[in-house]
Order: sequence, then structure tokens, then C-alpha cells
Amino acid sequence: MVRPYAMVRGRTRPRGESFDLISVVAATGERPGDRLRYSPEHARILRRCANPVSVVDLASEIALPLGVVRVLLGDLRDQGLVAVVATIQPVGDRPNRGVLREVLNGLRAL
Amino acid sequence: MVFGRSEPGEPPLVTTKILIAGGFGVGKTTMVGSISEIRPLRTEEPLTDRGVGVDDVSGVERKSTTTVAMDFGRITLTDRLVLYLFGTPGQERFWFMWDELALGALGAVVIADTRRLTDSFPSIDYFERRGTPFVVAVNCFDGAERHRAEDIAIALDLDPGVPVLLCDVRQRESSKEVLISLVEHVLSWSETEPGPAGAAAPAG
Repeated sequence: MVRPYAMVRGRTRPRGESFDLISVVAATGERPGDRLRYSPEHARILRRCANPVSVVDLASEIALPLGVVRVLLGDLRDQGLVAVVATIQPVGDRPNRGVLREVLNGLRAL
Repeated sequence: MVFGRSEPGEPPLVTTKILIAGGFGVGKTTMVGSISEIRPLRTEEPLTDRGVGVDDVSGVERKSTTTVAMDFGRITLTDRLVLYLFGTPGQERFWFMWDELALGALGAVVIADTRRLTDSFPSIDYFERRGTPFVVAVNCFDGAERHRAEDIAIALDLDPGVPVLLCDVRQRESSKEVLISLVEHVLSWSETEPGPAGAAAPAG
């Protein structure tokens, strides 16, 4: 057994901006070459990011703590292998009205 | 969740979230589970020196590792729009996590149990202070005495206009109605809001 934070050598947060729980990340399509020398976990995350996935789903699927996933994602972002897929930014602190209406229609249709 | 590939010209992927709050054992995980398309997933968030334990009574023993479990569920509304539900950690020492969960949230559902109404005060205080729109969902457990929503609103000292709904969070339709009421409330609430940053609730 490897303790989760050993994988990230004790780092608890990524360099640069952190990843929101519901941010969607995706592989850029850039080939890793020999840049992925860090760990099998980096490779697992990169593989899973072949299709866009939210950070919280990613953490859950690969069964690693969120903090660890964020650090590993940060490494991949530094190498240009993974990027946050653009989402509509909330106005202020909340989703805009167009999104709210879409959520309402979607819930009613469930 | 597999999102479609993002192609130029396509509408962007949008994710949004609703918080499910309330006292310990009030039915947060049950509500998430009743409407989520996935079994409520748990993911672990590391803690520093803030304490140990999880908000769950289902035999999750106290652990020696410093993590807190966090429930979340997912509802795919369209192939470009996904709604996440996050059950908030119930114990006060995990409140530092609420700030991250609340950031950018569409709104919140505070589940209340009429037998333990005071348990919902901290959640209500938190969302009022933060200016996060919320509804109160009174979970009508078997055997729980029925109260009128108006009386509960008074007992909770809610601002006028905060919806109070009677529900059964075990039922998918009931949970769905609660979420719909929340989004309707947020839409009407943001109409009366002074500005986009609007941290304060409309004066009541």
C-alpha cells in the first residue's frame, strides 16, 4: 500500500490555480512522450481524461482523495497534457439565468 | 460521466451544483441517493488538524486517517449540462469545507426534521449569512408529527419568501419537486437582487 500523499510527495495543492470540484478537465491530445515519468497515477488520470470528466467524478472513479487528484492534475496541466474545458462562468458567485432555466427545464423533464 | 467531445461551435459543457444541508442523520445522503443517477458516491477530502470522523451513522467507524467523506450525486440534464448534488458535512468542525462547496453553487436545500428543528439552524444561518438562496425541505419521516409549512417557517424564523416544502426524501418525485422549487426560487430571487454580486438577501 502506498499512502496517497506519498504519490504527490507531500504536496497538498497544485501549483497555480486549483481545480474546482465541478470543473471539467480533458486531455489536450498532446503526447506525453517521456514527460510522464512521475507515477502510474498520472498515467491513469491522463487516460481517463481522454474524455472530458469533472474533477469530482475523476476522484471518485479512480478512488483517490480529491487533494491528491488536484495535485496530479496540476502536474499534467503544467506539462500541457490536461486542460480545464471552458464552462460558462457564473455571474458573480452563481450560474447565470440561462443556465438556471436550462436546469429547471431539465429537472422538470426527468 | 462521459461528456461529449468539445468541438468548435458546440455549446460549452456546463456543470452546476446544489448543496444538500441539514443536521446529522436528517436524510441528506438519502435525498442525494433518491434522485442521483449514480449511487451516492463518496470521495475523501483530506483534513489537516481539524478532527476525524464522517457524517454517517451507517457503521463507518472512526478512522485513524485524517479524511472526511463527502457525498455527491449527479443528474445529467442534457448532454451538455450536468447537475451535481453535494451533501454537506454535518459536523461543525468541517465547515471550512462548506465555503468551497458553496462557491458557485446554484443554491441549497436545507433538510429539516420537525422533531429536531434546531439541528437545521446552523445550515440556515450559514446560507443566510453567505447570501446563498435556499429552500427548507421538511422531511416527513414515518411517525413524525405533521406541521403546517407556515408554522415551520415561523419556528425557523425564515425571511419571508423562503419556501418551506413538506417532502419525503426517499421518494425520487418528492426530491425532484424540492429541487424544482429551489431553482424556481433562485430565478425569482435573482430578479429582485440588487446586482450580480448581491451578497445580501432582499430586505424582508
